[in-house]
Amino acid sequence: MISGTGLAKRLGDRRVFRDVDVALADGGFLLVTGPNGSGKPTLLRVLAGLMAPDAGTLELPPRHTIGYLGHEPLVYRELTPLENLTLFGRLYRIPERAERIGMLLERFGLWEVRHDRVSTFSRGMQQRLGLCRALLHEPGLLLLDEPFNALDTDAAVLLDGVLAEPRTTVVATHEPERVERFATARLAFA
Amino acid sequence: MSYVSDVAALTRKDLLLELRAKETLPSMLLFVIAALTIFHFALPRGTGHQAALGLLWSAIIFTALLGLTRAFVAEREQSLFDALVLAPCDRSAIWLAKSLAVLAFLVCAEVVALPAFGAFFSGVDGRTVAAVALADVGIAAVGTLFGAMAVAGRARELLLPLLFLPMAIPIVVGGVGGYLWFLVLYDAIFALLAWAMFEYVIAEV
Repeated sequence: MISGTGLAKRLGDRRVFRDVDVALADGGFLLVTGPNGSGKPTLLRVLAGLMAPDAGTLELPPRHTIGYLGHEPLVYRELTPLENLTLFGRLYRIPERAERIGMLLERFGLWEVRHDRVSTFSRGMQQRLGLCRALLHEPGLLLLDEPFNALDTDAAVLLDGVLAEPRTTVVATHEPERVERFATARLAFA
Repeated sequence: MSYVSDVAALTRKDLLLELRAKETLPSMLLFVIAALTIFHFALPRGTGHQAALGLLWSAIIFTALLGLTRAFVAEREQSLFDALVLAPCDRSAIWLAKSLAVLAFLVCAEVVALPAFGAFFSGVDGRTVAAVALADVGIAAVGTLFGAMAVAGRARELLLPLLFLPMAIPIVVGGVGGYLWFLVLYDAIFALLAWAMFEYVIAEV
């Protein structure tokens, strides 16, 4: 569950947002919309616990139950998908790590390239790997910032499958029509 | 045990990244050899051992600085602190792993630098080797903390030398003088401080 009231955040001299209320029950889906520069990524970083709000109160689930995918896929480009997921699998102490990693790589079409360096991947393949990393520890709360960026049609269908799973999810996007059908709550930035 | 395995996994990652990218260590090796060669020709003949030793320590400190500026490049360029901070591992494990990787690169550079110093100048005695080994621990501990601080700052290229070089002065004093206990004390105090402070340094990187 996420509960935030009166949230505000400044970055340097710029006020990114203020007086933002967020309430999302377990299993809910919050769609955050708004134009570029309206503060969607900053709100997601606040909800991930990566930034503290300057004002307001915020209740979040424990850090290790959060899966987060921001603008970057958050994987090491000089490592392979297998090495990246093994590293994060160890840090998250995932039992039966190899099976879980294998399943995710298969699901997102990366099994054949599991030994290739991420630096050789297209942006779409990196985004798929970023999704694998975010889902690796089976998070209870999934935070996705523009998750359809660079994904081809097949990968977008895979992502639709992820979004349809029963899980608390927050998606920030400037293309709300792609995920509108999943939303149980909405937050629009001006 | 989980703390140790986290540190091991993160250190392995940093060493693997360097093995693949081959950016930091070759630069450090080239720099330290070039610096010692310049010092060899710049220093008048008959200069005393102590003066030459001072130049060795200058070369080591600036070589370390070169390595430290590269220490968090992957995390900075690919926003990877976000992924590491969200993981349930102790954040100090990130510092310890990075310090161990920096230490490994520094030792590699010195394996080449110390014999080169012996060839260009006077020989290297056991006390100097011990002082260099002890200094490496302090350099890696303090430098890695400041490297992470610099990542968060705007003028990061300027910030790291400004933070690190003043803190390296006691290391040079202890190294040139051969004060081994002083270096042990420096390592213990600053490694402990860096270990305890790292969590706050990367709170909002």
